[in-house]
Amino acid sequence: MEELIQFTLNGKPVQLRQDSDRMLLWVLRTDLKLTGTKYGCGESLCGACTVLVDGEAVQSCQTTLKEVQNKSIVTIEGLAQNGELHPLQKAFMNNDALQCGYCTPGMILTAHALLAEHPNPTEQQIIDAMEDNLCRCGAHKRIIEAIRMAAKEMGGQKHEK
Amino acid sequence: MKNDDHLDFDFTEGFIDSPLSRRKFLKIFGGGIFIFMTVGEMPAWAQEGSGRPSRPALPTDFNAFLRIGEDGRVACYTGKIEMGQGVVTSLAQMLAEELDVALESVDMVMGDTDLCPWDMGTFGSMSTRFFGPPLRAAGAEARQVLLELGAEHLKLPADRLAIENGVIYERANRNNSVSYAQLTQGKKIARHASGKVPLKSPDQFKIIGKPVFRRDAYAKVTGQAKYAADIQLPGMLYARILRPPSHDAKRISLDLAAAKQIAGVQVIEDGDLIAVLHPYPDVAEKAISLIKALYDTPTSGLNEETIFAHLLKVAPEGESVGENGNLDQGVQQAATTFEQTYLDGYKAHAPMEPHSAVVSVEGDKATVWPSSQTPFRAQTEVAKALGIPAGNVRIISPFLGGGFGGKSANRQVVEAARLSKLAGKPVQVAWSRQEEFFYDTFRPAAVVKIDSGIDPNGRIAFWDYHVYFAGERGSLHFYDIPNSRTAAHGSGWGSEPGTHPFATGAWRAPANNTNTFARESQMDIMAAKAGIDPVAFRLNHLSDEKMRRVLQTAAEKFGWKPAAAPSKRGYGVACGMDAGTYVATMAEVAVDPDSGKITVKRVLCVQDMGLVINPQGATIQMEGCITMGLGYALAEDLRFTGGTIHDLNFDSYEIPRFSWLPRIETVIIDAPNEAPQGGGEPAIVTMGAVIANAVFDAVGARVLQLPVTAQRVKEKMG
Ligand code: FES
Ligand code: FES
Repeated sequence: MEELIQFTLNGKPVQLRQDSDRMLLWVLRTDLKLTGTKYGCGESLCGACTVLVDGEAVQSCQTTLKEVQNKSIVTIEGLAQNGELHPLQKAFMNNDALQCGYCTPGMILTAHALLAEHPNPTEQQIIDAMEDNLCRCGAHKRIIEAIRMAAKEMGGQKHEK
Repeated sequence: MKNDDHLDFDFTEGFIDSPLSRRKFLKIFGGGIFIFMTVGEMPAWAQEGSGRPSRPALPTDFNAFLRIGEDGRVACYTGKIEMGQGVVTSLAQMLAEELDVALESVDMVMGDTDLCPWDMGTFGSMSTRFFGPPLRAAGAEARQVLLELGAEHLKLPADRLAIENGVIYERANRNNSVSYAQLTQGKKIARHASGKVPLKSPDQFKIIGKPVFRRDAYAKVTGQAKYAADIQLPGMLYARILRPPSHDAKRISLDLAAAKQIAGVQVIEDGDLIAVLHPYPDVAEKAISLIKALYDTPTSGLNEETIFAHLLKVAPEGESVGENGNLDQGVQQAATTFEQTYLDGYKAHAPMEPHSAVVSVEGDKATVWPSSQTPFRAQTEVAKALGIPAGNVRIISPFLGGGFGGKSANRQVVEAARLSKLAGKPVQVAWSRQEEFFYDTFRPAAVVKIDSGIDPNGRIAFWDYHVYFAGERGSLHFYDIPNSRTAAHGSGWGSEPGTHPFATGAWRAPANNTNTFARESQMDIMAAKAGIDPVAFRLNHLSDEKMRRVLQTAAEKFGWKPAAAPSKRGYGVACGMDAGTYVATMAEVAVDPDSGKITVKRVLCVQDMGLVINPQGATIQMEGCITMGLGYALAEDLRFTGGTIHDLNFDSYEIPRFSWLPRIETVIIDAPNEAPQGGGEPAIVTMGAVIANAVFDAVGARVLQLPVTAQRVKEKMG
């Protein structure tokens, strides 16, 4: 059903008159031209499309516009602040935690939600949080190292979701 | 059954107009110094197997070139592409080294058919291995030209000059200098690399061999990196294409009415191609689901279990890959013989980025952004589909979200081209995950039969090896065996119709995963029977110094203590050779005695790959191989009935996850004076065998079929 949808996207207000059953992934990628959020499976099975909705890691391929009404959304494009990369982005670079890079946005945002919840995650907490994010290139080992480094960098403090 | 058709694509067709000549390239670019070079063998049919006739219209004397522009920047133009393997970094490193310029001043222009000379495609380990030596030679040659120009300019003999960061200066007086940029101003010098200028020796290296970070990382962590499906053009439509439920299905009815009802949807019917187009991909998706089509699907008895008997039945005679000694004599000498059959099912490539392409056809010209490992092949295919000269098609290669051999056929590119022409607008075809699984060119199901024997002293007396349909890569053993024969029956792809129920193709280190699994399992079976430690048993049969060294290094770093298997420790070993690289891998596993479930605790891999250009990049490739290899070793096995594929998403087709991750250690043997070998694939070939052997060592269960699943382990545990 067509309705007025409003949310905050990477800190800026967005208003759309759209079929509210459309999936957020396609609206982000097509209508809003933010292609950093990737399609990998369409069924919440791979994590490539992960974005933050009110700080929670959410699979945008299975999230309707209706569900994000009045919420705050952060995509990979919105993570850097004033040109300064987020510690997770830096840690992914410094640890070479990517190869083809297709899974990377989803990995970084899932890790972001993890660190909001557990600023000093144990190995098991990292694995549990990242388990449903798939990477075919096999960058897993370095992704775990990058998350650890970012946690350290961020001082193990609870941060804003 | 349609089989491998697109992989049988004839490269001799379709070069409708002559590809860009040297003169044409020189016309495109302004001034500068150009060094043309040949990478690998030209024409490079060699990469795809023999028997392809060459054709004179191809440029046979170069397939890459180097340009030092009038701004002093260095650019390398190549039809190779970056698909996650890091070549954009390692190739730039080599150039910067030989040219004495900063790494930052080197640009790699890859996979753009308007700017780059023809190239066969990017296949796994090929890039650094084949590119390395000629690229360095071209760099050295360019440096030589510049040095001569510098000497002339400074009016000094070359031996009194030195070069640093693209500046030539007098050794005795650093201020007396001239930069590459100054020297190239207003000049146009073209040469073909002669290969006569000496390369730097390893002790002179400042950039090669030093770890550097990926050049593409920033774009990839910020979401700026563009993959094919991220390309959006004004007026572009997203297509969804009607797909059959099975590769054998014949459509018997079609009802497009409901799809046509959706506002803004354009329905296209062009022979076999039925598609819906819309400015939103999700609306196109909805429209395609409203098309009612009925199919006749013949049922064939083939499935993931019956396929092996079928393959043996249709297998052609074997072709000899290698032979030595006298097999009959060997059999006479054997005290114990071992006759085993190894099985390996179909595996999907499953890159995280599904196949996609954007094509804009305007008049008799087309611009294409594909996810493809073979941009020049895509160019030819698009030209053929549109009936225009290949030169009118420009392929621009965006980032590739994983290839692993699976993005060599360009079906989606041709689909997008046809639809763009018919719609009169730019069209994006981005496959769903289901389409990705359905149209994959799977790693072929294969059988290996080995008959071997040991004499009373525990020495291998004979070895008779037959591989069916995996292909011959990696089938030759490297052990000291007095009497042996290796034969390949059929190859991995391009098989006769009726062989496989769907298309098959190259999968990271094609054929070698299957062959290494079989060979290294057989080695362990013999060692166990002889009561000899599996590492010692291998060393007893190894005189190849490189293989000895990787194996001994692995044993040392792993802390391997000799013991005959099963030792209950859960230790496994496997050796392999791929793309000129030597690998020895060791693993430790735990097996749950009730369920047979395997936990891989540790994997250590030692690799000798000659000169290492970028050790950091090579290490990452090894880690990637180990992690990806866990998938085919433990879980991946495509389920199907005839041409109907049952695994269509990641819920049932399992690929490695974070919780599977063992402790991974990698060691690269330092061999700076050797030619660089492939690094993108070798480590993966040992993964099946090392896990199977470790499982046997843990619980005495010998699984002869990949993947080594809990259920198969349980069955063998009895
Ligand atoms: S695309 Fe959403 S989880 Fe895979
Ligand atoms: S880096 Fe390629 S899928 Fe993760």
